[in-house]
Amino acid sequence: MAGNVWVLAEHWRGRLSDLTFELLVLGRELAVGLESRLEAVLLGHGAKDLAGSLGAADSVLTVDHPSLAEPNPEAYCLALAALVEERKPRSLLVPLTNVSADVPSLLSARLRISLSNFCRDVRVVNGGLQARCLLYGGKMETTVAVPGSPAVLGILPGSRAGSEARVDRAPLIEEVEVALPSEGRVRFEKYIEPAAGDVDITQQHALVSVGRGIQTRDNIALAEELAEALGGVVSASRPVIDQGWLPLTRQVGKSGATVKPKLYLAAGISGAPEHVEGMKSADLIIAINTDPQAPIFTVAHYGIVGDVLDVLPALSEAVRARKGIHA
Amino acid sequence: MNTLVLMKMVPDIVEELEVGPDGKSLDLESLRLIVSERDDHALEQALLLKERRGGSVTTMAIESPDIDEILFTALAKGSDRAVKMVGAEPPLTTSEAAALLARVLPDVPNLMPVDLILTGCQAIDDLDGLLAPILAEQLRIPYLGVVTGVDAETGQGRATVFKEYAGGVRGEYAVSLPAVLGIQAAEKPPRYVPVAKVRSTMKSRTIDTVPAPPRDETSQLEILQMTKPEATGRAEMLEGSPEEVASKVADVLSARGLV
Repeated sequence: MAGNVWVLAEHWRGRLSDLTFELLVLGRELAVGLESRLEAVLLGHGAKDLAGSLGAADSVLTVDHPSLAEPNPEAYCLALAALVEERKPRSLLVPLTNVSADVPSLLSARLRISLSNFCRDVRVVNGGLQARCLLYGGKMETTVAVPGSPAVLGILPGSRAGSEARVDRAPLIEEVEVALPSEGRVRFEKYIEPAAGDVDITQQHALVSVGRGIQTRDNIALAEELAEALGGVVSASRPVIDQGWLPLTRQVGKSGATVKPKLYLAAGISGAPEHVEGMKSADLIIAINTDPQAPIFTVAHYGIVGDVLDVLPALSEAVRARKGIHA
Repeated sequence: MNTLVLMKMVPDIVEELEVGPDGKSLDLESLRLIVSERDDHALEQALLLKERRGGSVTTMAIESPDIDEILFTALAKGSDRAVKMVGAEPPLTTSEAAALLARVLPDVPNLMPVDLILTGCQAIDDLDGLLAPILAEQLRIPYLGVVTGVDAETGQGRATVFKEYAGGVRGEYAVSLPAVLGIQAAEKPPRYVPVAKVRSTMKSRTIDTVPAPPRDETSQLEILQMTKPEATGRAEMLEGSPEEVASKVADVLSARGLV
């Protein structure tokens, strides 16, 4: 029998991530295909209670240590390396979020085992694993034969629906001791909360979200005009925030907020996986982009190939006209 | 505070990307290369740290098309030195590049030890891993990624590093030096440098070169094929002049009670 399929049970500030449950569904498929067991690995300190929610796995390996109390890639890598060397799983699936995304690279380098990164899907093919990985901001997909065992796979959000793994079943829990240094070279100090005072974009019914296609800070006024007509606010993808054109509180995506408005209008946003993760559940998604191949058009309900600088003013005018508002 | 910044070129994804004749890689003919966005932030963070705490910044890259312009731009922005590793047979995967850099760094004259190595926290082609953590592991020094701020007083032996989480929350960490940091975003947007200044830098400054060591590790991944992603869904496309598509969008919004 092949080694087991492992899923790193990712948690942050007392809550298991949604992505963990997606990986449990994916992991179950792989375990069935490989005729092996599915095990979740829960690293933390005082976090054992979370193991009870991981009943989709056959069993949960828990490691409790003060150095694992907060996300710390180095401590996580040391703990996982010890477990992998001892137990020899077939594969380890790791969620790619800001909490865990660097763990796969550290672990694969430490143990000299393969890493397939940015996976959107993994399947068992002729007894081996094949992964489909999204590269170049989601514009290309590479299929790789996953070599070796154990193998590490970094999994993007959206590979499976996680709801299937939220089961009311108690898993077998095994507590494992791992020797870790009490004082690591990377030490967590504290969390810094975002500055209060700005609008909460997660509570808006309409978001006009701007990306690189907006070109300049001044052009954001075009999006603000439309947002005002719609009774919503302006949000943004990462490049706009990095330029300092809007505050971090307006960012949608992996590092920002996850939003579910009634209307999400993506203006000049290409649709990289990191952004899509934060907006794919909006009720209605309308995208404007000059590139007809932009990945945003695969998640949008309606698409417009065009320049946001031309389309946004026309949209503002049309919305105002429907509402009987005169500019 | 002496900092090494590692930069690389990646395809400009604003352009149309095509699969090459081998069916497993990008069509190099159709590519326009630009500096990896996060690496540009890594350089900016290093320059901000130098301005705040003194010390030096060295920018280094592996030889690739147009990389000289990137290194001269780094010099024009304030980098004290630029180094190019030459002779490595392309293409290099990220793990292969990390292995070469880990082996060549001790041989670069008058470079090591440095206090910090900064590079982008990820690049759009990191199929077999991220450069910063792999390099840190190979150099056996600490690592933290998704970093959005760094401060370090000279002689303290540690840096205060800010890591980004979701929802605008940041974590503050104390990191022992030397260390490798994967930069998500610098504390300020990358500075602009006029083309004329880059051109004059090309005339007045030079790029040091260092030979690549023999490649003794190859990526374990076997690429079977590269394709444009199969669309899981596709938007209904609205066509016409800006005014026409705006009217169609307004119809959709009206039907849903949104206007």
